[in-house]
Amino acid sequence: MLKFILHRLLVLIPVLFIVTVLASLLIYFTPGDPVRVMLGIRANEEAVRAIRAELGLDRPVYIRYIKWLGNILRGNLGRSLQRNEDVLEMILARLPATLEMNIFAVCVSAVLAIPIGVISAAKANTLVDNLFSFFSLFWVSMPGFWIALIALLLFSIKLHVFPISGRLGPIWTKEGMWSLLLPGLILGVRQVAIISRLVRAGMLEVLNEDYIRTARSKGLAEKVVVYKHGLRNAMVPTVTIFGLQVPELLSISVIIEIVFAWPGMGMLLVDAVFKRDYTLIQGIVFIYALLVILVNLMVDVLYAYIDPRIKYD
Amino acid sequence: MSLEKSHRDTYRRAVLGRLRKDRGAVAGCIIVLSIVFCAIFAPYITPYDPLKHNYNRLLFPPSLTHPLGADQYGRDLMTRIVFGCRYAIVIGGTVVAIQLLIGVTLGLMAGYYGGILESMIMRMTDVMLSIPSIVLAVSIAGLLGGGIQNVIIAVAAVGWRGYTRLVWSEVLSIKRATSVEAARAIGCGDLRIIVRHILPHTLGSVIAYSSFSIAIAILWAAALSFLGLGAQPPTPEWGAMLADGRDFMSDAWWIATFPGVAIMITVLGFNFFGDALRDALDPKMGKRV
Repeated sequence: MLKFILHRLLVLIPVLFIVTVLASLLIYFTPGDPVRVMLGIRANEEAVRAIRAELGLDRPVYIRYIKWLGNILRGNLGRSLQRNEDVLEMILARLPATLEMNIFAVCVSAVLAIPIGVISAAKANTLVDNLFSFFSLFWVSMPGFWIALIALLLFSIKLHVFPISGRLGPIWTKEGMWSLLLPGLILGVRQVAIISRLVRAGMLEVLNEDYIRTARSKGLAEKVVVYKHGLRNAMVPTVTIFGLQVPELLSISVIIEIVFAWPGMGMLLVDAVFKRDYTLIQGIVFIYALLVILVNLMVDVLYAYIDPRIKYD
Repeated sequence: MSLEKSHRDTYRRAVLGRLRKDRGAVAGCIIVLSIVFCAIFAPYITPYDPLKHNYNRLLFPPSLTHPLGADQYGRDLMTRIVFGCRYAIVIGGTVVAIQLLIGVTLGLMAGYYGGILESMIMRMTDVMLSIPSIVLAVSIAGLLGGGIQNVIIAVAAVGWRGYTRLVWSEVLSIKRATSVEAARAIGCGDLRIIVRHILPHTLGSVIAYSSFSIAIAILWAAALSFLGLGAQPPTPEWGAMLADGRDFMSDAWWIATFPGVAIMITVLGFNFFGDALRDALDPKMGKRV
């Protein structure tokens, strides 16, 4: 097992490497000079040149890239161009907020999407299935930021059920949980709409297998067939789906963070983009990619526990 | 040749027949056509101006003369939403056209040539897959400086990978077909084989996927505009309208509600249509997934 994890970690290195190239290219192709944006239009040449030299912006792009890469390897993402703070520290300060919202959403979607998917598959093409399918298509078609706005208007502003916005504390405090509930649920339910359909598809695949027919013909109760023989075998594709959905989940969480003024990485990113804080943007893109890659690694490891047939050698 | 043509006709007729029987397809088609109609004939549909302020009817609630109400500058919301169809269609269409061009080309190349080209292209899509789309799109749109044009670039830049994967996987099986082998045997060049003998076979799934990706492109473009990176107010773009109306949400619910409904209906239309198209093009998949 350890060998497998090490092997996967080694495979990740080239992927991460390309991510870093991509993140630097992003900035290379950007029009405009960050220093001028930082100092304003009327800044004098002298100051612009001094700061460019200090930030290393006067050197060619590949030198800058190599230096940046070297720093990353030492866990240094550089300093923010606008706030002169350590980028990694800025991101780490925002990471818990983003993580707790996303983990909460994954829990919500697991609790709801798996049963809905299984029921839809077991009762495929009936009224129940069609209802779930319609709900899912409907929900997926709604813009995330709009649902969030409407929910905010309805539950926080009109009905005063939830706090208006912001994060009132970490998840383990009462206030924190309370403020997380609405954004977390909105993010989670959206995932339910997507994942329940995919679970249904995976489950249908399994229910068409021979061993399910055997189980049925042995006279087992339908419940036992569906849950014990079906769901257990449908767990591998289901876990895959959760893994594949992580980038999508993080994407939408950026928008939900903005609507709810949730102080996570997404808010930091949008803020950095508006301030043209190149090093901060680079750092955030890198950390987001790292998160996705690590989750995928976890998913791979999880397979072994779910499906004993998978051997990692 | 004529046999092949009649085969194709039968297939086309079967697909069209299945589409006509599918209620989702009909609904999706009606929605999409209405949006296109609104986009083309916007000035003739509504008597009001989408940009002109009217201080006599600030925050007017929905009424007979203004079915969806008026916004904080007294502009008729219905008018603005109808004009917004133009942005949705143009943005969605352009994004998908760019994605098709990049994604399909790369997919064809990766699938057909294989080898190091394939690994390079496919590794690239893997990497793109590991960066959340919105994170990349926000960074690109923001660094390019916002505006509709840059939103189109940003959304197109993150969405092409879907086409590449799709086309690549199809080409892998098609390129072993006897027709391709025969074409090669009579001395067709690579380009001719790809364009005449491989590309047409991938079109079915590519078209179905395009319907979904227009839906996604419209959603993302609206999201970027909502964040302030895309269309700027007073442009009657739905996402920008939502962002603009946000501060008046608690007094005038309609400002923040109806542009969202418009996005939803449009996206729903394309999704319905894509679903139906996928089922019609591949009837085996239809009932199961």
